[in-house]
Amino acid sequence: MTARILRRTAIFLVSLLAASIVVFVFTAVLPGDPAQVALGVNATPELLAQTRQEFGIDRPLPTQYFDWLGGVLSGDFGKSYVTRDAIGPQLADRLGVTLWLVGAGMLVALLIAVPLGTLAAVRHRRASGTAISAVSQLGIAVPAFLAGILLVQVFAVQLQWLPAGGWTPPIQDPGEFLRGLILPALSLGVVQGAVLTRYVRSSVLDVLGEDYLRTARSKGLMPGRALVRHGLRNAAIPVVTVLGLQLTTLLVGAVVVERVFVLPGLGSMLLDAVAARDLLTVQGIVLVLVAGALLVNFLVDLLYTALDPKLRGAR
Amino acid sequence: MKARLVAAALALLLVASGCSAGSSAFVPDDGSTLAVGFAAEPQNFDFTRTDGAAIPQALLYNVYEGLVKLDDQGRVVPLLADSWTVSQDRLVYDFALKPGVTFSNGAEFTAEDVKFSINRVKTDWTISIKSKMDVVDRVEVLDPLRARVVLTKPSNAWLFDMASRVGAMFTPTGIADLANKPVGTGPYEVTSRRRGDSILLQANRRFRGPEPAYRTVYLKYYKDPTALNNALLSNGIDVIGTITAPDSIPQFEADSRFNVVQGTTNSEVVLAFNNAKEPLNDVRVRRALTLAIDRKALLATAWANRGTLIGSMVPPTDPWYEDLSAAHPHDPAQARALLAEAGKPALNLRLRIPNLPYAVSSAQVVASQLAEVGVTVTIEPLDFPAVWLKQVFTDHDYDLSIIQHVEARDITTFGRPSFYWGYDSQKTRDLLAKADAGTPEEQVTAMREVARTLSDDAAADWLFLFPNVVAAKKKVTGIVRNQVSESFDLTTLGRSE
Repeated sequence: MTARILRRTAIFLVSLLAASIVVFVFTAVLPGDPAQVALGVNATPELLAQTRQEFGIDRPLPTQYFDWLGGVLSGDFGKSYVTRDAIGPQLADRLGVTLWLVGAGMLVALLIAVPLGTLAAVRHRRASGTAISAVSQLGIAVPAFLAGILLVQVFAVQLQWLPAGGWTPPIQDPGEFLRGLILPALSLGVVQGAVLTRYVRSSVLDVLGEDYLRTARSKGLMPGRALVRHGLRNAAIPVVTVLGLQLTTLLVGAVVVERVFVLPGLGSMLLDAVAARDLLTVQGIVLVLVAGALLVNFLVDLLYTALDPKLRGAR
Repeated sequence: MKARLVAAALALLLVASGCSAGSSAFVPDDGSTLAVGFAAEPQNFDFTRTDGAAIPQALLYNVYEGLVKLDDQGRVVPLLADSWTVSQDRLVYDFALKPGVTFSNGAEFTAEDVKFSINRVKTDWTISIKSKMDVVDRVEVLDPLRARVVLTKPSNAWLFDMASRVGAMFTPTGIADLANKPVGTGPYEVTSRRRGDSILLQANRRFRGPEPAYRTVYLKYYKDPTALNNALLSNGIDVIGTITAPDSIPQFEADSRFNVVQGTTNSEVVLAFNNAKEPLNDVRVRRALTLAIDRKALLATAWANRGTLIGSMVPPTDPWYEDLSAAHPHDPAQARALLAEAGKPALNLRLRIPNLPYAVSSAQVVASQLAEVGVTVTIEPLDFPAVWLKQVFTDHDYDLSIIQHVEARDITTFGRPSFYWGYDSQKTRDLLAKADAGTPEEQVTAMREVARTLSDDAAADWLFLFPNVVAAKKKVTGIVRNQVSESFDLTTLGRSE
């Protein structure tokens, strides 16, 4: 088991290194000159050369890469060409917003999926169960941004209950923070909830057929209580795994939702940085996102190892 | 489980309904607070080293002030200078400075700061508009409240440019961190910022004048035009600085909560011709293309009929404006005849445009109208700004392009053959030089001649002038109708309760 963990860790680190190279090369070959974009029209060739030197983009690519990698390893993501600020702290700030959004979206998804999925499983032979399955199917087809636009039209523009967008940090005003988070979390969570509902349903269906549940019921427990007390905990294991894998999808959805709701998260930061050819910032953000995805996969992998006895002896 | 779920749902509902409809706690609705929404966000606060319109839009006249400013008619009026005199040979400007002016860090504003600020443009600014100060020979401090600027040659453009960001006044004690901590003499100072979201301005306690109508101003930024519109409709903001989606204007006009103000800008949407290259180096071809395009129909399609037809590179707020929009009236038959005369009855042209909404919709109209006179146009959208700047602007690799030119009095770019127009005319250069050196009257005459020459040469096709459309809550008064300066001027605003 230890060997397996070591092996997985090594794979994780090598993937991270490979990702850093890919990220660097892809941003470096983006068409367009960062110095030109920073200086705008009327830039003279002398000024362009001076700015390229200031940015350090006149040096050979491998030099730039190793400088960048060295910085990142010591926690220094460099200085943005555009904002002239250290990228690291800004990245952390934006990541915070995105994590709130993803977390709230996940919560909404669970609040939808657990009761609905369970209900759909318990009543799978009845019309109500079929209806839930059908609606969840429909929900999967709705993109998060469309859900967002609809929610804004109804709750912000027409009813004026909630803000149409914008971000208030929780420490500044917790109430306003929550109000601002509701619509983005709903648009992200509803779609994810639809996906998860189907997993919960099939998971609970499996559990319903298990012997221990029949035993529990034969001991006189009401079917509902039996399911809650013994079934759900077991049904949760595959659902949690799927949840881990869905995190990446949620991150992608968050990028779009941030745009719709004008949230200053990683997604909007990335889009701005790409438009401005702020290459160092683009590299930093993409690396963090890739590292996050790899980390989730790595952790899910470790979880399997811990949970599944069959894997413990394996390499 | 069920009980907990109900509790959670109830909590959500409570939060949602606990707030009165129509108000937002983030922007307190206390009368002295204002929230203005914009499309483009300043990446930092240092316009001495970062180009673009967003920084001066937020900071000029509000945080930074110059000796002079532009009013909404495009006239140069006093700001930090009470008055000034110009010598007979138009080389020496003597400015009498306002007394009792302090910077937001407490430093006193004197003639030394004028000298420091103007000299610093030449030594420390790294953006291209620093060249506007090249004409300055030296700055002299006559006494603490009198500054003299000596030019190397007479230049009307110089005083006009002093009203833009190059004329902003700095103090040597306030330049340590320009990107984050601007220090100016204006009525506001920047108190905080959340990147990707907003900038918070608050009344500068040390400001000499009366307190501004709004003590607290949030400048909020929305990349997506729909999000910007929704913010006003849902009371997230009080003003939309400039509406960037014309289709949404009727919605605001029909809503009794809002006033909609429409004026002009300096922003010409130009169909650029590559004058230096076959076949557009032939004036007959350029005239033919200009005749072939129905600009009125184009404006209706591209910008919902809002905007002004101009016919040359001059907005109505410049003193030498005259309406040249009828110089090449829509006439496909004559266009075909001219193309035949030039020996180019069937042309293939590349229309390389930035991937921006106004350019894309204009390009489609241009392509279909040119098709009617036998010109085949291939539209190539390029990623803006990066790719467009490189390929069209720098490398001149294009036949036609469509882009808005936002700078004030950028007609002077036609005096530079190396500019991407590729337009090379000694007559135009002579006239521009004469205009800059002459008296204000001579300037008007010569500039009018430049505009006519450009129109006659069909150096480009001026499709339309962008309108300035501002939508605001009824309580906000004093909005500047014409966007002539680089600033979104908060100092003119008032409130009616």
